[in-house]
Amino acid sequence: MSETPSVDQLSHAYRVMRTIRAFEERLHVEFATGEIPGFVHLYAGEEASAAGVMAHLGHEDSIASTHRGHGHCIAKGVDVYGMMAEIYGKKTGVCQGKGGSMHIADLEKGMLGANGIVGAGAPLAAGAALAAKLKGSDAVAVAFFGDGGSNEGAVFEAMNLASVWNLPCIFVAENNGYAEATASNWSVACDHIADRAAGFGMPGVTVDGFDFFAVHEAAAAAVARARAGEGPSLIEVKFTRYFGHFEGDAQTYRDPNEVKQAREQRDCLMQFRERVTRSGQLQPALLDSIDQEVEQLIEDAVRKAKADPKPGPEDLLTDVYVTYA
Amino acid sequence: MARKISYQQAINEALEQEMRRDPTVFLMGEDNAGGAGAPGEQDAWGGVLGVTKGLYHKFPGRVLDTPLSEIGYVGAAVGAAARGTRPVCELMFIDFAGCCLDQILNQAAKFRYMFGGKAVTPLVLRTMVGAGLRAAAQHSQMLTSWWTHIPGLKVVCPATPYDAKGLLIQAIRDNDPVIFCEHKLLYGMQGEVPEESYAIPFGEASFLREGDDVSLITYGRMVHLAMDAAANLARHGVSCEVLDLRTTSPLDRDSILESVEKTGRAVVIDEANPRCSVATDIAALLAEQAFDDLRAPVQLVTAPHTPVPFSDALEDLYIPDAAKIERAVLKITQGRQAA
Repeated sequence: MSETPSVDQLSHAYRVMRTIRAFEERLHVEFATGEIPGFVHLYAGEEASAAGVMAHLGHEDSIASTHRGHGHCIAKGVDVYGMMAEIYGKKTGVCQGKGGSMHIADLEKGMLGANGIVGAGAPLAAGAALAAKLKGSDAVAVAFFGDGGSNEGAVFEAMNLASVWNLPCIFVAENNGYAEATASNWSVACDHIADRAAGFGMPGVTVDGFDFFAVHEAAAAAVARARAGEGPSLIEVKFTRYFGHFEGDAQTYRDPNEVKQAREQRDCLMQFRERVTRSGQLQPALLDSIDQEVEQLIEDAVRKAKADPKPGPEDLLTDVYVTYA
Repeated sequence: MARKISYQQAINEALEQEMRRDPTVFLMGEDNAGGAGAPGEQDAWGGVLGVTKGLYHKFPGRVLDTPLSEIGYVGAAVGAAARGTRPVCELMFIDFAGCCLDQILNQAAKFRYMFGGKAVTPLVLRTMVGAGLRAAAQHSQMLTSWWTHIPGLKVVCPATPYDAKGLLIQAIRDNDPVIFCEHKLLYGMQGEVPEESYAIPFGEASFLREGDDVSLITYGRMVHLAMDAAANLARHGVSCEVLDLRTTSPLDRDSILESVEKTGRAVVIDEANPRCSVATDIAALLAEQAFDDLRAPVQLVTAPHTPVPFSDALEDLYIPDAAKIERAVLKITQGRQAA
């Protein structure tokens, strides 16, 4: 995909972002009913990152995600109903109910998994990039991590390794302002996470994460660089998350106006719609119809997921190993 | 008589044969070749003890030196394994697992299950285990029980050159993550090893000596001490059966139970620390499933509950030896005719 997205690509990107938003907004409501086991970390507000990066990837490309991974999954093409069923702990889920929100994966789609361990996906992505390089393909791998993950040694080691081995790997630091309840401007010792790229011999750039086009452009350059065999890059994407660290987080550590202002003034879907309709690239009616289709998709996914069976006792012991001897 | 080579050569040969057979097999680790980026010889080391020596030039681009960066490169091996390659990744000493535990414990071991049976992670993590090199507390541990505890991992600990080759070939062909534990004191051991490729199935213990009075159940380097003890005890009229587990996960429970059913006595020998260990696991198995066969309490011969000491005077006390095994056997066999 070139740096200037086509009309089809724009409409796809909008659908992806709208699907993520609707998925997460619906989970916010459904989680409060108590029907969803465990806990979920919602990606709402961050959609432009997943959509802007994944616009450049195909199924042969790999991504490693985070505990806040629903958006990455949707943007990488993981089945929305299968994801919803997984989050409900149903046998029909993409991981048969054995993974849950934090471990949604679809290897056929190049999705190496959300990850319950902060920063752990970065070395995995470096490994996926290594595999691509050894096989002589032009596939790339993307490691997503947050501002919290940016402080993990796993991320530093993966970045160093990717540079030393000149791997086709892109590191995307999604800086949503908070690692759990701790502000990134306190926990990250440098001014910008992107500044750390210099220490690992790779280019680093900070972009406005509410602006799909800014993310898209930065990702285009990084992916092109990786595919050309020129090595890894770091992109810091800055925005704020619309919900708490997890559902149920009272968020007393935040300015109550922070999310309100972001939603009203900077929201990625709002900005995207304004830009593409003003330019005439996409018609409002098309975007409205995508909104309606997405609402129906999510409604169907929730309805089916709720009705689906949970795994049975016969599932407890299976799939620990490929072979048992 | 078959050709004799060392345990170390057997490992090297297994790697070479599998790399020739399967182009997706590659090696990575700290100084697996040695000399990367340096002005002198490439393949300068072939691993810190020379186990992978020579493969760098035979397989261009497939023996990768890594930075000293266990989280990074072990994690990368896991990721590469999940994306269609078969990395044989060397963690120089098993003690270094402290640096990269997450990548093994929470990633490689769990992909298959938590992704609903869709992931295949054919990773081999070769690593040196065991005491005896005066390498002290951080380079000498026998952490086999850690890995054995974790569902999703397979744990292999060969005792002979023959087993080292056959089990490593199986490990590379296996589609699950395998922790392949090489005992550093065994690298120089010579033994008969066929030149052709062969795989030894996991979960099949080896009966190294038939006996009637007591079962010596062990794995790794302790196998040889158990054999020494059995030979000595035979001169005192005590007949020992020696069972080499070869893999602690999967564990050949059937062979353990079969042996103890015959002998009625068991001494479990484990170089690891004693708490929550392979030894206690086997003792629990016998207590639970062989209680009626037992004519004496199960005896455990293990390292003490201490770190591995440095001084040779202390390390020699730390490591179980044949004399300790013999004492444990005699404790439960004396007066057996009257029983």
